[in-house]
Formats: sequence, structure tokens, C-alpha cells
Amino acid sequence: MLVSLAWSSLASRRKSVILTFLSLLISISVLLSVEHIRQQAKESFNRTISDVDMIVGAPSGQLNLLLYSVFRMGSPTSNINYKSYETLKGSSLVKWAIPISLGDSHRGFRVMGTNNSYFEHFKYGTKQPLTFSSGQPFNALFEAVIGADVAKKLNYKVGQSVVIAHGIGNTSFTHHDNTPFIIKGILSPTGTPVDKTIHVSLNAIEAIHLSPAKQAKLLNNVDSVNTTPESITAVMLGLKSKFSTFKLQRDINNYKADRLMAVLPGVAMTELWQMMATVENLLRIIGILVLVSSLFGLSTMLLASMAQRKNEIAVLRVLGAGPSVIFSLVLVEALILVILASAAATALLSLTLWLLGDWLGATYGLFLNANMLNVETLKVIAVITVAAIITSAIPAYEAYKNALHSSLGAKN
Amino acid sequence: MPNTISSASTPLAIHIDQLSYKYHKADKTSFYIPNWQVTQGEQVFLHGESGSGKTTLLNLLAGVLTPQSGDIALLEQAFSTLSSKKRDKFRAQNIGVVFQQFNLIPYLSVLKNIQLASYFAKTGNTQIEQYAKALLLALKLPTTILQKAANTLSVGQQQRVAIARALINKPKLLLVDEPTSALDAASRDAFMTLLIDLCKQHGITLVFVSHDMHLQQFFERSVNVTSLLKEEGSKC
Ligand SMILES: Nc1ncnc2c1ncn2[C@@H]1O[C@H](COP(=O)(O)OP(=O)(O)OP(=O)(O)O)[C@@H](O)[C@H]1O
Ligand SMILES: [Mg+2]
Repeated sequence: MLVSLAWSSLASRRKSVILTFLSLLISISVLLSVEHIRQQAKESFNRTISDVDMIVGAPSGQLNLLLYSVFRMGSPTSNINYKSYETLKGSSLVKWAIPISLGDSHRGFRVMGTNNSYFEHFKYGTKQPLTFSSGQPFNALFEAVIGADVAKKLNYKVGQSVVIAHGIGNTSFTHHDNTPFIIKGILSPTGTPVDKTIHVSLNAIEAIHLSPAKQAKLLNNVDSVNTTPESITAVMLGLKSKFSTFKLQRDINNYKADRLMAVLPGVAMTELWQMMATVENLLRIIGILVLVSSLFGLSTMLLASMAQRKNEIAVLRVLGAGPSVIFSLVLVEALILVILASAAATALLSLTLWLLGDWLGATYGLFLNANMLNVETLKVIAVITVAAIITSAIPAYEAYKNALHSSLGAKN
Repeated sequence: MPNTISSASTPLAIHIDQLSYKYHKADKTSFYIPNWQVTQGEQVFLHGESGSGKTTLLNLLAGVLTPQSGDIALLEQAFSTLSSKKRDKFRAQNIGVVFQQFNLIPYLSVLKNIQLASYFAKTGNTQIEQYAKALLLALKLPTTILQKAANTLSVGQQQRVAIARALINKPKLLLVDEPTSALDAASRDAFMTLLIDLCKQHGITLVFVSHDMHLQQFFERSVNVTSLLKEEGSKC
């Protein structure tokens, strides 16, 4: 009855109520999305790489190296010698080494040169290995393995032949028309940048950068041109023993024959979080301020309505509603608005994330779960509800006071 | 509890004893009634000039205002000394109130308005709609009015709906404050006849406030508020 009364009362003040609702909707959406993205980003980033003990690349920032080698974001400043990879691979401390070579793209997806050790040793999430949903690893020069999203987006099937272009970006001038690749395998979805990557052999990367004449020659006879790469972008290492991590890192950083830098993914990831924490907190504070201001808006709206509701309150009083009932009536009105706004915000964000999911993944390497219905969201909504109760206690108390003093004669 | 010296056969509906009330603590004079009684089933016309304290008395009887000292007993039960919660409940269950204006919650339907009274009385009556229809018919209102929003009714209709609502919990006491001031002479007389008939029919004690002496003709007993009030004199 109280809820239905509160609802009718809100409905009778439609205009100001709708405006208040919209302001709540926006502020709750802001707060929820900040929290959700924060949560999910962390989760999504953390699951991108697993079981890799070290990443070795050309000296730059450790964050930079992590971003381009793991998240395929930005571009490498310089390369390392292929020989260095072979040295690393041969080290007694190293269990496995995955060479990677980045820089090309195909219709918006990054092309990465590597070898079969990638499919064998690379892990994501909680030490999950890469698996094939169809096909198998490449073994010839012009063969490619594509991520799940690439297959879905471009509708590529195993056995199909595709043409790979040079440079990053959707439209590039130099299409390597002469070097068609056969899709050899499609990986199962991982929810990481792997899904958006086209994997080819290191030699293939060399081959697509050869002069047209050499390419023509190569296409006639695969063995006629040497396609062993001279340089690659980075190497991911798995160590035999974690204890040797720091020794190896020091050795690599002091390596004389090539300029190398070794970073530990965990450490680099922490640096990433520290950098993001500032932004995160800033966003959070903004979100909270926006929410507080709209909660004040809510309480102002309710307070302003009190003057016109004096008679209504007197009527309720005389029917036997105690001041506490009047108090709760105002609170219930506030709660109805906040809960509806929270529900609408959750739905709105889920829809938005669902629609923008691919774009976020492709552009920022963010793989967000569109399902907003989780414990974190509920926690945030609970906090919002408590805050709403606190702020609307002001108009509720005003109504309570009104109720105490309301008497029959009030004729205003 | 006021000592019920008048152990007469007819039970009292209202018993005021040494009642004193001030709107503000700083007020020099207080509103003071040494003694006033109304027997159950009586219909009383309460008149007096503007500002004489009619509405104040009604507020005290309804328990919306509470006296600083003295007692009000209603239906042979202590009333003004009850906790405010119990007083609210007592009011909801036993007293029907009609004001001069603003009786209904404008945005609710007539039915909702009536149901609200029953909700706060917690009578658990499941037949409200039927009973409301019967009351509306008795008050010469079409039952289709139930679904209309209260603010779409005419003033006369609103006042009759207010009476219906005041009667929905079968109260023993009905307090009415100048309900006819917005009505023309003809509808006013019709309204009065209906009201008195309903009260007699259900044995309801009625305290009817108005400064319109013309209405005195409908009542057996007529009281001037000023005659009830005594200056409390030096007791400041
Ligand atoms: N809420 C209030 N606060 C302070 N004083 C009040 C209040 N209500 C009424 N009074 C004072 O109490 C006195 C009696 O007022 P009351 O409303 O009871 O008169 P009334 O007989 O109902 O008058 P009317 O015929 O105009 O309705 C008046 O002097 C008035 O100024
Ligand atoms: Mg009055």
C-alpha cells in the first residue's frame, strides 16, 4: 500500500520526477561503468598472459614492451637480432622461447610472425593453453593461423586463401598481392588479444617484405630465396626454474652482442596498475561526485514537493498514518526512484557493452563482460541505495515534522 | 482517566476534563475547557465566530493536537494520554474526520482514497469496495465515481466522498469541520440531511463545526465554543 501510494504520488509529479530520474540514471550509469570497467579491465588484462616468465625486447620502457608484445598496442621502437633469440633459446636456464615479430596488419587485425612453439607454450587466463577449434598449426611458408574473432569477423574458413597487407591500419597502400596465405587453423576463443591476431611464421613476415621480383621467384620455388629473418620484435621466455629469473634478467640486460631488455610480466603489469590507479581513482571520485550531486537533486525535488503536499500529509495523518509512516513514505519515493534508476542503468550499460564489446576489444584490448549482473554491481547499487536513504532523510524528516504539526485547519 | 462521576446509563462519547492547550509555549493565554461532555449517539452543532477556537477543539478531539494538561476521554477510554502511536491507531479505527477542504488526496482515485482509510485502520476488511459503493449510493453519488481521480470531482462530490471515507471504518465518532462552506444553499441542505440521516442510522456521534448559524436547524444540540472556554486567568 505504501509503495503504491508512493508510486501514485510520484506519478502525480511526473515532470520533476522524470528529470530527477534521468539525472539519477546518468550518474548511476557513470559510477557503475567506472566500477565495472575497472574490475573487468583488470581481469581482462590479467588473463592475457600466463606462465610467461620473461619478455625480451629492444630497450624501451618495460610497459611499452609489455603493451606491444602482449596487448598488441602501440608499435615497437626497434627490433632485436634473430641471433639473440637463438642464443636465448639455447640458454641452459631457458625451458622454451617464443619469438614474435609484429608490425603488419590485415584488414584491421594484427599480423604476428612466430613459430610453432607459440601454440605449444603460450598460455592465457589460468594457465590455459591455446587450442584449435579447427585446423592445425601452420607448417609451410604461406600458411596462417587466425584467432577466433578474426575468423568470425572476416568469415574465414580453414583452407581459404587470403592476402596480407603491409603496415598497420585498415587501408594501406602496399598490398602484398603476390603473397596469398592459406588459412591453416582457427584458434578457440580466449577473450584475449590472441582472438584478434593472425599468426604466420617468421619466414612469412620476411617473405611479404621482399621485393616484388624476389617474391615472384619465391612463389615459384619456396627454397630459392633465404627467408630466415634477421630481426624480430620480442621473445617470450619460459624458465626451467623461477629462481634463475633475476640472474637471467641481469645477464640479458648486460648482454654485449645486442641491445636487449628483459621484463617480468608480473612486474610490468603492476606498473600498469599503478599508472591506471590514479586515473581509476580520479574517475571514481568524479563518479561519486556526480552521484552525490544527483542525490542532492533528488532530495531537493522531494523537499520542494513538501510545500504542495502539506494538505496531503494532513489527510494521511488524520486517516491514522503516524509521522513515521509519512517519513517512510518519502523514503520509499526516493528508493523507488533510485532502484528504478539503478536497474535502468544496469540494463543500459549491459546493452552498451554488448554493442561496443568488439570495438573495445579491437581498439583497446579490453575484453569486458557485458553482463553487469554481478556481485560488484550489486555492491555498488547497495552503496548508492544507502546514500540515497541518507540524503532523502532530509526531506523525509521535513515531512515528518510537517506531519507532527499538521492539523485540520491548515488551509494554505 | 477522568473519574466518571456521571455513571449515568448513557455512555459518553466525549469527555473533556480541565483541558488546557497552547499553540506556543510563549502564548500568554491558553485554550482552556474545564469540562465538556457529549453522550454517544448525540449530534452536536459547534459554532462560534472566526478565530474562536472551533478548529482547535476539533484538532484536539482528533488527537492531532495534544493538550498540555487535562484529559480527553473518547468512547469511555483515555485518549489524550495515549502514546502518539496508539492515538493514531485509535483515530484510524474510531474517528472519522472531514475538513473544510482538501479532504482527498488529489491524484488518487476515489476508491484508493477510501481504501487508504481502511488500510491505516488495519481492520482487515476485504469488502471495502462493496461497502464504499453502498455508502456512495446512500450519499447519492454514482458508483462509477470510484475509479475517477479525486481531483476531477466537483467540490460537492468531493465533500460527499470525504464523508463516505470518514464512515468506511464504521467510526463511532465523526468530526466535521465546516464542510459546506464551498456549497450553495440547496446542495448544502441536501448534504446536511444526508449526513444527519447517516449518523442517526448508524448511531454515530457527530460533532459538526460551522459558523453558519443557519445550519443549527439540523441539530438537537447546539453549543457555542466561547461558552465552553474559560480564561485560565492568572494561571499563566
Ligand atoms: N497553527 C496555529 N498556530 C498558532 N496559532 C493558531 C494556529 N491555529 C490557530 N491558531 C490560533 O488559535 C485561535 C483559534 O483558531 P481556530 O482555527 O481554532 O479558530 P476557528 O474557530 O476554527 O476559526 P474559523 O471559523 O476561522 O475557522 C486563533 O486565535 C488562531 O490565531
Ligand atoms: Mg476553523
